[in-house]
Amino acid sequence: MEKSSSAERKPPATVHPLVGAVYQWVDDRLGISDVVKLATKKRVPEHGQSFWYYWGGITLFFFIVMCLSGVLLLLYYRPGDSAYESVRQITYEIKFGWLVRSIHSWAANLMILSAFIHMFSAFFMRAYRMPREFTWWSGIGLLLLAMTFGFSGYLLPMDDLAYFATKVGLSIPAVVPVVGPWVSDLIRGGPEITSYTVSRFFALHVVVMPALFIPLLMFHLGLVQKNGMSMPESELEKPEAARKSIPFFPNFAMKDLGVWLVALNVLALLAAVFPWALGPAADPLMPAPMDIHPEWYFMSSFQVLKIFGQIFPGVTGEFVALGVFKLGLLLWFLVPFFDPTTKGGLRAKLTTYFGILTIVILLVTTIWGYWVLPAVH
Amino acid sequence: MSEESPNQPECPKGAPDSDENDGPLDRRGFLKLAAGVVGAGYAAAIGYPVYRYIASPVEQAAMASAVTEVTLDNALSLPLNSSMIFKFGTAPAILIHHANDTWTALSAVCTHLGCTVNYQPENNVIFCPCHSGVYNAETGANISGPPPKPLKQYQVQISDGKVVISRA
Repeated sequence: MEKSSSAERKPPATVHPLVGAVYQWVDDRLGISDVVKLATKKRVPEHGQSFWYYWGGITLFFFIVMCLSGVLLLLYYRPGDSAYESVRQITYEIKFGWLVRSIHSWAANLMILSAFIHMFSAFFMRAYRMPREFTWWSGIGLLLLAMTFGFSGYLLPMDDLAYFATKVGLSIPAVVPVVGPWVSDLIRGGPEITSYTVSRFFALHVVVMPALFIPLLMFHLGLVQKNGMSMPESELEKPEAARKSIPFFPNFAMKDLGVWLVALNVLALLAAVFPWALGPAADPLMPAPMDIHPEWYFMSSFQVLKIFGQIFPGVTGEFVALGVFKLGLLLWFLVPFFDPTTKGGLRAKLTTYFGILTIVILLVTTIWGYWVLPAVH
Repeated sequence: MSEESPNQPECPKGAPDSDENDGPLDRRGFLKLAAGVVGAGYAAAIGYPVYRYIASPVEQAAMASAVTEVTLDNALSLPLNSSMIFKFGTAPAILIHHANDTWTALSAVCTHLGCTVNYQPENNVIFCPCHSGVYNAETGANISGPPPKPLKQYQVQISDGKVVISRA
């Protein structure tokens, strides 16, 4: 038994005998060949909608870029009182520091964008259905964590826009009765945004968030391995023999690599041609900049807050808006239960309408948010 | 065994994908070479900025240590038989005002393992507390203890009420 299995796991005959022996030694202990066997046997469905399979990988690529460029920024970034000064040095004094910072910021935005595309493509392909409910939920969790990543990272340069955007963002939880102000003060480390806030956000951004994000990401990716790629209904209707697929390795992996190369080129182009700006240092005694706005992925909720704020008096608007966000998120989360298996039934149709409505609301409020910005000038 | 030879051509004659193998480079060889060149190009395009980014403080320090002259505005008020530590480029240096009103400027970095040395007026020597190295206070010559080399000496000039220290 042992003999035949180890004979099966022999490395290819083209490698040097010494390499082969080392491989054998390691393999007997770690079982690499099982992984290799899995990778060679794994197949990826190929059909008209295959294009959407790449967006999870693109998101992963940008996350890897975030990690690497983040480590580089850590070499010179200093949280606390000298946060702004250290980012100024990175941007203007350290060789290629502007590029590293620009790559980090652009990759963050592209990562959120590709995560949204990945999520909506999974939604419309009904990839949340049995047995992939946990993949759907962990994906939503990853998106929320990624947005928290973005929010905590946005403050770190401590320029005026970062300061006021975070000030506004942190005053939203404060509208929750009783515990709201207390929670906000704890997050900020006081009633105002100070160097304490920067240090807290820094710890959150570089330690707590990765410690939460990476295991959840592993869970998400592990589930994709376990359950395989989801197929759209049009494919599932075909008899199994009529479905096409390609081997994961090397065919899909090479395509994936090609897509990553495109993503890298887009990222490099954006980062080099539109370097990320650094505004003047945050000054609590200055009025907020006229064009104050959050990152684009918070723009929709920012605008909804504004709209509700005009409808309802005082902080009631914020409170109602928070309720609407939570309800929307809950519905989004519960979709696998509402539309578990039906093929083209009423629930499936309603789910599709719900998805389209969500996209329309997000797009309209985001564009609306940007539309009214210059009017403030 | 011959199959395991590292010099074996990638595509032997008659292989289905080597339809142009009469030239020095067949199609597979060309594609491999092209992929290698493009890959090396990307590695260089990423590696160069990353290297310069990481090495940036090293470059800044090299520029700072290229200083050839330092002017000390208030050094003339230094009492006899005493010393002061100042920065020459990026490294500490020591200025000694001797009892006979002469001046000595030396590198303050011990030649043994890099500790900063100090002047002991009672013995008129320079002492390194890390491993008890002793140097001559006028010349910087290593007298006793582990230091392998003398301390580097700088030139001292007094002009316009200022002390100017320069490389010898």
